[in-house]
Amino acid sequence: MSPTNHTVVVTGIGATTPLGGDSASTWDALLAGRSGVRTLPQEWAAELPVRIGATIAVEPGEVLPRPLARKLDRSAQFALIAAREAWADAGFTAKAGEDPAIDPERLGTVIASGIGGVTTLLDQYDVLKNQGVRKVSPHTVPMLMPNSPAANVGIDVNARAGVHTPVSACASGAEAIGYAIEMIRTGRADVVVAGGTEAAIHPLPIVAFGNMMAMSKNNDDPEGASRPYDAGRNGFVLGEGAGVVVLESAEHAAARGARAYCEAVGQGISSDAHHITQPEPSGRGIASALQHLMENTDIKPAEIVHVNAHATSTPAGDITELKALRQVFGDDVNHMAISATKSMTGHLLGGAGGIETVATVLALHNRLAPPTINLVNPDPEMDADVVRGEARALPAGTIAALNDSFGFGGHNVVLALRTLPA
Amino acid sequence: MATKEEIVAGLADIVNEIAGIPTEDVQLDKSFTDDLDVDSLSMVEVVVAAEEQFSVKIPDDDVKNLKTVGDAVDYILKAQA
Repeated sequence: MSPTNHTVVVTGIGATTPLGGDSASTWDALLAGRSGVRTLPQEWAAELPVRIGATIAVEPGEVLPRPLARKLDRSAQFALIAAREAWADAGFTAKAGEDPAIDPERLGTVIASGIGGVTTLLDQYDVLKNQGVRKVSPHTVPMLMPNSPAANVGIDVNARAGVHTPVSACASGAEAIGYAIEMIRTGRADVVVAGGTEAAIHPLPIVAFGNMMAMSKNNDDPEGASRPYDAGRNGFVLGEGAGVVVLESAEHAAARGARAYCEAVGQGISSDAHHITQPEPSGRGIASALQHLMENTDIKPAEIVHVNAHATSTPAGDITELKALRQVFGDDVNHMAISATKSMTGHLLGGAGGIETVATVLALHNRLAPPTINLVNPDPEMDADVVRGEARALPAGTIAALNDSFGFGGHNVVLALRTLPA
Repeated sequence: MATKEEIVAGLADIVNEIAGIPTEDVQLDKSFTDDLDVDSLSMVEVVVAAEEQFSVKIPDDDVKNLKTVGDAVDYILKAQA
């Protein structure tokens, strides 16, 4: 293999989600088909048209020391918690340099969010209006800047090969992981901590998404509100949290004797150039991303047995993705167990690609596809094998899975993961 | 008007709240940056909290001269007078 085409593997995972404070508890809940959606407990929610959300299971204030937490936006708090879990899970015992197994100059971070420090921005504006100039926190700018989660994680692990934050709305987390795969594949880094985070449960984003008619208003049935592919779906449910993976060149992982969950094979990216929020209805843009993935990597349609779909529970988006899969893979779609984990986690916007990559890694590692809950009356156009009811076993041998993420602006990102030879 | 001891104790509580340093470690000879984990941004928070607690004004241009807890205590004592 040429030195600029390194194989990339996943050596660590971490998450803090509406389903659990770490990746193991999140995974258990996904397999059990538990919903993380609840009635929003905040006072401000009572009068809003949308009063439900998938709030974090474990508050970051219970995990991070207070002096650290008070200098971080909630999105950076989630990212740091997930990154620390992933870092330890990868077998690193200290920050790069202090742990001699990793050179800081060969370590990067790529962590994205769709909206950035929106709660900090809005809360500090309230402080300015209500308490005056002197009370605005001097930490406001480094808290609200969208690169703050990546930069804070970079400082925490001592990453000096580059800190990056691609922003592509709900595709941001997946784009971050794709960017990280490229950093390693092309030789810029040996290890990259990558993922997505989001903390946008605040009245303004909720009202704004609600006024776009993008969100479910099933306030009387929180756990049943996120229902991808169901004929009665009526919008997404906003979630919060982060998912982070440690990506590493296969040579570097082998040299330090690290456990690898799976290969991160590569990515396919495209843009719709159609409408700022509506998906291109034929699925052309998504199909193009899938085609790029097949051209850029050695993945084979016959290997792909699982898709963690984007499927947010909006009327337009869910079916468009299935159409694109069918356009590109034809009858091979029939052997793909499709899971819409947003039925349980809600939609974490820029965090979605992060936690769904963690879920896809665990699906391959455990050979189990999580169920899609609330799928009672399938949309007649649902032309694919969506896992319902219980988790489903995936076949033995070399198998691969896709993680799809699409974002407002017409961003399409498809990631591919594959089991390693036993 | 706060006494010297009361100002030290008040600053210790403020530094504990902002930087998590135990109050007993906040001594007159300690440097905010080098000993107490108070960086330039957090120092602004310390100053704003101290202004409020001791009813004094500490202009931005004077903040850079407050290297140690003792510097801050002396400044607040004078400003109260």
